[in-house]
Amino acid sequence: MVLAAGGTLALILFMTLTLLAVILGNSLGYFWVKDMVRLKLKDGSLIMGQLTATGRHALTDVKRLQLKVGNRDLYSQDFRWVDDSEVVERTKPDDAYLLERREHGNFFGFLKELKGTDGVAVSPDPASLLRLHRQTEQRDEGLKEIRGRMSSLNQSSETLRLKIQKLEYKGAEANSAAIAALTEKRAKLTEEFDALNEQLNQKQAELNKATAVFGDASGTTKEIPLLEIVQIYQPNSMSVLDKAMAYLGKVRELLFDDPRESNTEGGLFPAIFGTIMMVLLMSVFSLPFGVVAAIYLREYAKEGKLVQMVRIAVNNLAGVPSIVYGVFGLGFFVYGIGGSLDKLLFPERLPTPVMGTGGILWASLTLALLTVPVVIVATEESLASIPKGIREGSLALGATKFQTLTKVLLPMATPGIMTGLVLSMARAVGEVAPLMMVGVVKLAPTLPFDGQFPFFHMDRKFMHLGFHIFDVGFQSPNVEAAKPMVYVTTLLLLLIVVAATSLAIRFRNQMRRRYTTSHF
Amino acid sequence: MSPEPVDLSNHPPVIEADHVNLYYGTSHALKDISLSMRRNQVTAFIGPSGCGKSTLLRCLNRMNDLIDAVRVEGSIKLDGEEITGIKTDVISLRRRVGMVFQQSNPFPKSIYENIVYGLRIAGVNDKATLDETVERSLKGAAIWNEVKDRLHDSALGLSGGQAQRICIARAIATNPEVILMDEPCSALDPLSTLKIEELIDELKEQYTIIIVTHNMQQAARVSDATAFFYLGELIEMGDTKKIFTNPEKQQTEDYITGRFG
Repeated sequence: MVLAAGGTLALILFMTLTLLAVILGNSLGYFWVKDMVRLKLKDGSLIMGQLTATGRHALTDVKRLQLKVGNRDLYSQDFRWVDDSEVVERTKPDDAYLLERREHGNFFGFLKELKGTDGVAVSPDPASLLRLHRQTEQRDEGLKEIRGRMSSLNQSSETLRLKIQKLEYKGAEANSAAIAALTEKRAKLTEEFDALNEQLNQKQAELNKATAVFGDASGTTKEIPLLEIVQIYQPNSMSVLDKAMAYLGKVRELLFDDPRESNTEGGLFPAIFGTIMMVLLMSVFSLPFGVVAAIYLREYAKEGKLVQMVRIAVNNLAGVPSIVYGVFGLGFFVYGIGGSLDKLLFPERLPTPVMGTGGILWASLTLALLTVPVVIVATEESLASIPKGIREGSLALGATKFQTLTKVLLPMATPGIMTGLVLSMARAVGEVAPLMMVGVVKLAPTLPFDGQFPFFHMDRKFMHLGFHIFDVGFQSPNVEAAKPMVYVTTLLLLLIVVAATSLAIRFRNQMRRRYTTSHF
Repeated sequence: MSPEPVDLSNHPPVIEADHVNLYYGTSHALKDISLSMRRNQVTAFIGPSGCGKSTLLRCLNRMNDLIDAVRVEGSIKLDGEEITGIKTDVISLRRRVGMVFQQSNPFPKSIYENIVYGLRIAGVNDKATLDETVERSLKGAAIWNEVKDRLHDSALGLSGGQAQRICIARAIATNPEVILMDEPCSALDPLSTLKIEELIDELKEQYTIIIVTHNMQQAARVSDATAFFYLGELIEMGDTKKIFTNPEKQQTEDYITGRFG
């Protein structure tokens, strides 16, 4: 018996540790800048890339190597398998470059030519490349002001358009004067916008004159504008310290930057932000609702058939498959409530939905619905576990039921309620299926919270780590290249769950120490 | 040996129960009980388990209201005022009739906050009044010296006997007329029990005390009057000395001599 129990425990531990090891092993290595190898094959051709795997062919059992060769725009594939026996020579050229680009993935190759923003050739050495790259980036940064101005012009123009639309809806005849005034105002904005746009285009065209010509291992050249390059590495001449710094830089990029290349590269910031904000918003809905419901069930409702049925229903609600909540959220929140709100508040915009489409508000409400049973059950349990004497003691001192509840019972039940909240948050962070129906998207252009009034944009769609895993892993055009990203995202999601849980557990333990009920 | 005559002129009746019947659903728990309890006296309710003594005690501050399906008939008067009716203000009744329970039940708050709880819920928040009440109540419950240096520590760290005295202090903080004690010493060691008994003796100078106890020696030691209940009926009530030395009813004698119960 002991052996069986111990064995089971060991098995569970083993599986958990294996899971962790797989995720950690696959994700932590992703940011390490690997050395580049150049292989000379029997037929005389050269290929260069990073060694990603070795193995044997499934049918022929020939030993072979997998190389990440990059240069997707030249080869149309990122990876190549090479039979070990084909390789004649293996070298690590010091001057090999690894470029992270905004488009087409990484470029592996050698620097051939270099041109400045004035179009004049510069000597193609590493120092000049870095200097020019930094210069163009800085000058591009200088264009931020124009871009910001353009974005706010765009915003104002959109606001005006909606106003005009509303007036036209109310009656184009009666409001013709106002409409004309607004249209004129809008035309002015558009004019300014166009002027700025031209200015920006000009400056960008100038910046794009700064290019570098790189050649791949076999000598095919490619001209790349410096602005297209995100990061420049020379892995083979980097020291361990350099690589460590590069590693940290990449982690920073992951946490704080936007994704690139249909999410397979770049950062995860919007997804992290969306996940956390959605879960917090969900707690705001589910906590008060669940606690109040539990208080009613436990303290006020008369025990009877009805309460019994409600309780059974609540418990069963927790077992309903989450996709069902997604369908419900879509039907009830999005089309039902959102659609009605649109009819009431934004009739002029129909059939374009404002609230009647997926958004962070509906997603949080749907998840709140899914997690509220957990909060209800936890609150009920913790209220029930308070000794009868405490309740009677308070009432005997002349307290009303409500005073007893708020001054004694709820503080004592708080650790239990917190446990429920933690469980519900952990569940909500991991849910993906319902979200796909009520507001999660692959790429959200804007965050649900920003500097534009009214700051919280509850109607906006958002990104979510869980969905990101699914999207990157199964929906991306380049699955093999996206594999590490899947593991990284998984690790991040796990870290968020662990962080949220341990924070709440600490909070709960503090509460528990304050409200322990044991005496003698 | 004839009992000494007790001068009752200083001890007018405070609580008078008149033909009280109580039902839990269909079971008849108190059967036609009439008795009175006198001011500044300790009245003890004794009897075997399930005899209805606690039930009667809980009628006096309407704690039975918490249980569904309880029905009370007859009349109970506090200072001549009916307290069983639906019109009675239960909250103010409970402020006038304090209660101490079998298990000490301090709230998970500081000692200070435990004592002032009754005042705070009545809307008193004046610091000076609260401080003064805390000192008076803790002194009244003979625990001031033990806890005066740690008033703001949790009350959950106290020993059983201390916790029970905190509960007594909490009960007297609101200045009730009557204090009900439901087997206050049954979970305590002999030394703590002794302290509580001495305390009861002091408290009766100011308050009217009604105590339910299983312990007949305790009833004999602390009470002035004793009521003996059996199966929901009041068998005999009278001066404690008389009940314990010369009871009128055979059942009473059997019980106090330990022949049953």
